[in-house]
Amino acid sequence: MNKPQLTPPPVRQTGRWTSITTSPNFVYVLIAPLFLILLAYVIYPFFQTFLQSVKLDGALSLKNYAKFFSLEHTSNLEALWTSVYISVLSVLTCGIVGVAMAFLLERYEFPGRKLLSVLVLVPMALPPLIGVLSFEFLYGSSGIIPRGLQHLLHLEKPPFTLKGIWGVLVVHTFTMYTYFYMTASSAIKGLDPSLEEAAANLGAGRLTIWRRVILPMLTPAIVAASLLVFMISMASYTAPLIFGIERTMTMQIYLSRTNGDLDMAATQSTLLSIVSILFLILMRWYQSARNYQNMSKGVSVHRTEVKSKAGQYVSMVLSFLGVLILMLPILVIVLLAFSEDGKWTTQVLPPSYTLDHFKDLFTDSKTWRPIANSFKMSIAATIGNLIFGVAAAYAIVRMNFKGKTLLDILIMLPWALPGTVVAVNLITAFSEPNVFSFGQVLIGSFWILPLAYFVRHLPLIFRSTSSTLMQTDRSVEEAARNLGASWWYTFRRVVFPMALSGILAGTLLALVEGIGEFVASILLYTNRTTPVSVEIFQRMYAFEFGTACAYGVLQIVMIILVLYVSRKLTGGNAGSAI
Amino acid sequence: MIEVTLDRVSKQFGGAKGVENVDIRIKPGEFFTFLGPSGCGKTTTLRMIAGFYYPSDGRILFGDRDVTNMPPNKRNTGMVFQNYALFPHMTVFENIAFGLQVRKKSKAEIRDKVTRAQKLVHLDGYGDRRIDQLSGGQQQRVALARALVIEPNILLLDEPLSNLDAKLREETRQEIKRLQLELGITTIYVTHDQSEAMSMSDRIMVMKDGVVQQIGTPHDIYNRPVNQFVASFIGESNLWEGTVEQAGGDEIRVRLTPDLVLTGLAVNASPECRLAAGQKVTLSVRPEAIHEAGAAEQGGENAITAKVVLSEFTGVSMNYIAQTGPLAVKAMFVGQGHRMRERDETIRFIVPRESIYFVG
Repeated sequence: MNKPQLTPPPVRQTGRWTSITTSPNFVYVLIAPLFLILLAYVIYPFFQTFLQSVKLDGALSLKNYAKFFSLEHTSNLEALWTSVYISVLSVLTCGIVGVAMAFLLERYEFPGRKLLSVLVLVPMALPPLIGVLSFEFLYGSSGIIPRGLQHLLHLEKPPFTLKGIWGVLVVHTFTMYTYFYMTASSAIKGLDPSLEEAAANLGAGRLTIWRRVILPMLTPAIVAASLLVFMISMASYTAPLIFGIERTMTMQIYLSRTNGDLDMAATQSTLLSIVSILFLILMRWYQSARNYQNMSKGVSVHRTEVKSKAGQYVSMVLSFLGVLILMLPILVIVLLAFSEDGKWTTQVLPPSYTLDHFKDLFTDSKTWRPIANSFKMSIAATIGNLIFGVAAAYAIVRMNFKGKTLLDILIMLPWALPGTVVAVNLITAFSEPNVFSFGQVLIGSFWILPLAYFVRHLPLIFRSTSSTLMQTDRSVEEAARNLGASWWYTFRRVVFPMALSGILAGTLLALVEGIGEFVASILLYTNRTTPVSVEIFQRMYAFEFGTACAYGVLQIVMIILVLYVSRKLTGGNAGSAI
Repeated sequence: MIEVTLDRVSKQFGGAKGVENVDIRIKPGEFFTFLGPSGCGKTTTLRMIAGFYYPSDGRILFGDRDVTNMPPNKRNTGMVFQNYALFPHMTVFENIAFGLQVRKKSKAEIRDKVTRAQKLVHLDGYGDRRIDQLSGGQQQRVALARALVIEPNILLLDEPLSNLDAKLREETRQEIKRLQLELGITTIYVTHDQSEAMSMSDRIMVMKDGVVQQIGTPHDIYNRPVNQFVASFIGESNLWEGTVEQAGGDEIRVRLTPDLVLTGLAVNASPECRLAAGQKVTLSVRPEAIHEAGAAEQGGENAITAKVVLSEFTGVSMNYIAQTGPLAVKAMFVGQGHRMRERDETIRFIVPRESIYFVG
């Protein structure tokens, strides 16, 4: 290359294949499989459920809906009402706890703040079923705390027990306030302190600053979190199940299904889906209006130090209490994992301990089977998610085609659908052989659970990959093409390595979520493929608390590992994966 | 070295037009520049040559091969991107080696060529550095080495200097020109900076709103702009409107104001300009062509008496904006041992008749 070339290297020949790949319509060949998969496993099952709900003896009829809304048998309407008001109350309690925590931890400096700000995200490390169980163990009618207090104070009955709707609400608050906490704390971090200074400089008092500056700037974050928490509460299944609230939508679907009233289950599913989808649309619409974040650089949040002696003392006690409340659920699961099965009856704490449960977990083939099942099924689902998620993310971020918004919404749809609904949809669609199941009956086979995990976790890898892809520069790909790399070579050597951190974070998350999945599993599992979460549920009912909790500890350890690794991978930008 | 031909190339984006009817032939080994304000279509044209866009109409030829619809990876062009587009997950060495690996060269050959390329851009010893450990100027040179190492038919440069500070820009500009001359490679350069274009190019294509305004050597473009846009975009210029009083011979007399008539030469007229008595015409006069009237010249041909509105001393030159009737005069005196005039002082200029150019 030092000397001028006399004969230039010939420009390479273009073949027929490249003339096809350069056609502007070629992109549709690439995205067609994506749409096909969504059609087969999201839309088609959904549509089948809908069909079942409006069909009675082969004829179109709205009888099912009439039955649902009839005032004679009000169980369905009650369920709808209970679901809605539990959700509204959950939004309120989660909002108060989450926003208050965010303010305390972001704006005040007090003893114990550092520890508390790490532990505040602990509820995310609890698998749904384990989280609810730990509350039952701690505060339930035979829970450690009520009994302990009874013993300590020599009372006749426990002073309080957590049950019914209150139980559901407390569990919802504990597990979902993190959504408020995370959005609010990032909004507070984004608040430029000079805005408050500017308001003060213009003569505003403390209260006016709050009312006119701080709260309006937090509104988008709070509204977004409210919608999210409402949606998740509506879909909540585990908490009502454990606390015995039968009149919620998800429980009604479960009961209709187990009673064999599939038409009613389909009707209830369709109605619940409509609510969820409405909220998804509302959220997406709202997200466009939520950007108040400041772009000014180098600002750090100013933390007010708690200075007075009394204040310090109070804050220390309160943070100790906070740490205790946050850690207790995990601690109780760990403790019970060492307790001997069947020995804990009326004592405050389990009387005798053993290491056997952990040994059994990996050595006894009977206890090992569910773990192996869960891993197998989750890995199968995650491989599907990986291929689909990366392809879809690339298509949405980098390509131009008609139907892009549709693809985006369809991918997010399974995320909005309650797990119970996903399960019912799959049951209606795949209890008979059809094209999409390759002529097989999937219900009762190995493949139905991986399929459910695949559908439920469709958005995870897609979201984390597309957010890393959006941060990478498109001209880098063009540079590779210019240097002679084919599209596939560019994808392999440039796009994939650059997006790897996001892809990996999403993949790990999908994997552990699959291993912990309970809501759809309980409706779909077969005895040959019992997953860990269902096994935990069954062991609970057989009073084998120790073994159940040992499984729980295993799940918690895996989730914490994955959260840690993905935080490292995405540079603390963990929000991208959620 | 290869010839590049754009045969009546147009590109529309949806309904919006990108570029219209670009028809050029770039000679082998030539340094050719696309110049124009942002949004004029210069980058679009470059990207069509690279293969990132395909023309809506017309043909692109490398030598006599039609590459109009050839994908970018088959074209063997080396492109330097405005933001360099270096691969952030690779080292300097891996970045430069990428194109050679694509071409399935042997390990030894790659090592050899990359090392030579690093020397060429003065980055020897930097092979193991990560991209984020380099300064802007160094990144720029990696991008250049990466584009050159594949021995491209054509070198494409998309505003490669716009992200560098002023001092570095000057150095890099000379460096690029030196490499281009040494390698003798056909080079297409896109910029909005007219001084960059003037100093580096063999020929310049000036564009505006997707339409080619003028193609010519820097000398042509500067001294014989075809229209007002080119005259004002390239360097500073006085653009005066007037009415032709007398035409037909070698000399043209134009009345600018009731008491100011300038005389120019008929040969100094743009092809777009019709010179006939009574015709409206625009004159372009470069500020540095105007000089102060000596004692003998006062009141003579093409003399202007004006009042200073603004005067500035830049070190190299003295610049004036002066007013005579409705007419503003920009003048620039370089090293003329001249006394600085203050605001509101009277100054007398001479506009040499051969410095007047009729742009139509």
